[in-house]
Amino acid sequence: MAVYKNYVLAQSLDEAYALNQKKSSVIVAGNMWLRMCGLRKQTAIDLSALGLDRIEENEDAFVIGAMTSLRDMETHEGLNACFGGVFADALKPIVGTQFRRGATIGGSVYSRFGFSDVSALLLALDAKVVLYQRGEVSLAAYQKEAWDRDILTHVVIPKGRRAAVQSVRLSATDIPVLVCAASVGPDGARIVLGARPARAMVVADGISPEADASVCEAIAQAASFGTNRRASEAYRRRVAPVLMMRALMACSETQKDGEEECK
Amino acid sequence: MMEIRFKLNGRDVTAMAEADDSLYQVLRSLGISSVKCGCETTNCGLCTVHMDGKAVLSCSVPAPRCAGHEIVTLEGLQDEAKRLGACLADEGAEQCGFCAPGLMMNVLALAKENPGASDEEIDAYMAGNLCRCSGYMSQRRAVRRYLAMIAQEVSA
Ligand SMILES: Cc1cc2nc3c(=O)[nH]c(=O)nc-3n(C[C@H](O)[C@H](O)[C@H](O)COP(=O)(O)OP(=O)(O)OC[C@H]3O[C@@H](n4cnc5c(N)ncnc54)[C@H](O)[C@@H]3O)c2cc1C
Ligand code: FES
Ligand code: FES
Repeated sequence: MAVYKNYVLAQSLDEAYALNQKKSSVIVAGNMWLRMCGLRKQTAIDLSALGLDRIEENEDAFVIGAMTSLRDMETHEGLNACFGGVFADALKPIVGTQFRRGATIGGSVYSRFGFSDVSALLLALDAKVVLYQRGEVSLAAYQKEAWDRDILTHVVIPKGRRAAVQSVRLSATDIPVLVCAASVGPDGARIVLGARPARAMVVADGISPEADASVCEAIAQAASFGTNRRASEAYRRRVAPVLMMRALMACSETQKDGEEECK
Repeated sequence: MMEIRFKLNGRDVTAMAEADDSLYQVLRSLGISSVKCGCETTNCGLCTVHMDGKAVLSCSVPAPRCAGHEIVTLEGLQDEAKRLGACLADEGAEQCGFCAPGLMMNVLALAKENPGASDEEIDAYMAGNLCRCSGYMSQRRAVRRYLAMIAQEVSA
C-alpha cells in the first residue's frame, strides 16, 4: 500500500504543480490504482478541491475536468446523447459502480494503462488533453509519451464522431484482454486497439465505415500485439477483426439513431 | 498525524489519521464495525459506505479527503438495514454473510438512485459487490423484493 508522510489538499493548480515538481511528491486522484502501488512518497497532492470534477459542454466539444469520475461520465445525459450512449456502454464493464464513482478520467488518461477502456474510447473520439504547463496536446501524441510531472487538468472531446467499444474479458468486471473502439466521423472511420496488451493506439483512420471482414483482417495483421498471462499474441490477432466489425456495425447503428442529438 | 472533522451517521466527529490512511481505517478506529475490508484492492465492494449520499469504496478514499464531508455507514441506517436484511433472509440470499454490509450499503444507494431498477440494472449496479456463496441470483431476488417493498410504501 502507498505510504505518504504529508497530505496536501491543493488550493490552486499553481500550488499543486509546484509541489509536484519534486520526485518525492505524487498526485492523488481517485486513489484506486495509486493505493495499491506500494509507493513511498513524502507528499501526496490531492486535486479534489480544485473544481476539476465538472463536465462542461460548448458548441464544439465537451470539456471534462480531470477529477470527473468515470461514473459521472457514464451517467451524463449530454455526453451519452451526443455520442450515442457510448460512455454508458464502454465504462460499465469497469469493476463496479462504487469503483467508477472513485476512478477519475484524469487518473485513467495520465496512467496510460495498456488495458484502459477509457483511453481507447477517447482516442477513437479524437480527444485532446489539457496539461497545466504545456497546454493542449492531442491524446494520440500524449499516449506515446513517458509519464512526466505536469498536471492533466482537462480532457476535451470534440463533437462530431460516433463511437462504439467492444472488449473481451476473461470474466465480467476483470480488465480487458483486448479492447476495440471504433468511431465514425465526416472523414470516415477510425479504429483503436487497446490491451494489445500495450497502450491503446489508432490502427486505422479514414477508412470506409462499411469496411468488411477482409479489411478488418488486414488491419489486424498489420497491428502489433503481444502475449501476457491473459492471452497470447495469436489469440488477440484472431479476435481483433471480430471486435472491429462489431464496433463498426454498432457505430453505424447509433449514427442512424442519433444524427440530430449532437448539434 | 492529522485531525479530521466530518459528519458520521449524523454526528460531528473528530478523528486522528495518518497522511496515508484510508477512510476505512479511520472508521474502524472510531469503532464502526460494520465496515470491513475484503480485498483492499478496490475489487470486492465489502468496504462500501456512503459519502455525501453516494456509495464509495472506503478502502480507497483517502481519509484526509473526508474532512467536511458526510459519511454514513450501516450503523446509521438501521431501519433500512433491518428491512433489507429481512428480504435477504427471505430469499436465502446469504450464507456466510461476509459480503452483506457492503452489499446492503450499495443496495440502499441503488434504492435512492434508481428505485425502479430492472433486473439488468440491478445486476449492473451490484457488479462490484462480490459474493462467494450466494451465486447472485438470490441476491437479485432480494434486491427486487426490497425495491418493490419501498415502492409499495411510497404509493400507499
Ligand atoms: C482493480 C482495478 C481494476 C481496473 N479495471 C479497469 C478496466 O477494466 N478498464 C479500465 O479502463 N480501467 C481499469 N482500471 C483503471 C481505473 O479505471 C483508473 O484508470 C485508475 O484507477 C486510475 O484512476 P484514479 O482516478 O484512481 O487515479 P489514481 O490512482 O489516483 O492515480 C493514478 C496515477 O495517475 C496520476 N494522476 C492522477 N490524476 C492526475 C492528473 N490529473 N494529472 C497528473 N497525474 C495524475 C497519479 O499520480 C498516479 O500516478 C482498473 C483499476 C483497478 C485498481
Ligand atoms: S475492501 Fe474495499 S473494495 Fe474490497
Ligand atoms: S454470503 Fe458469503 S460471501 Fe456473500
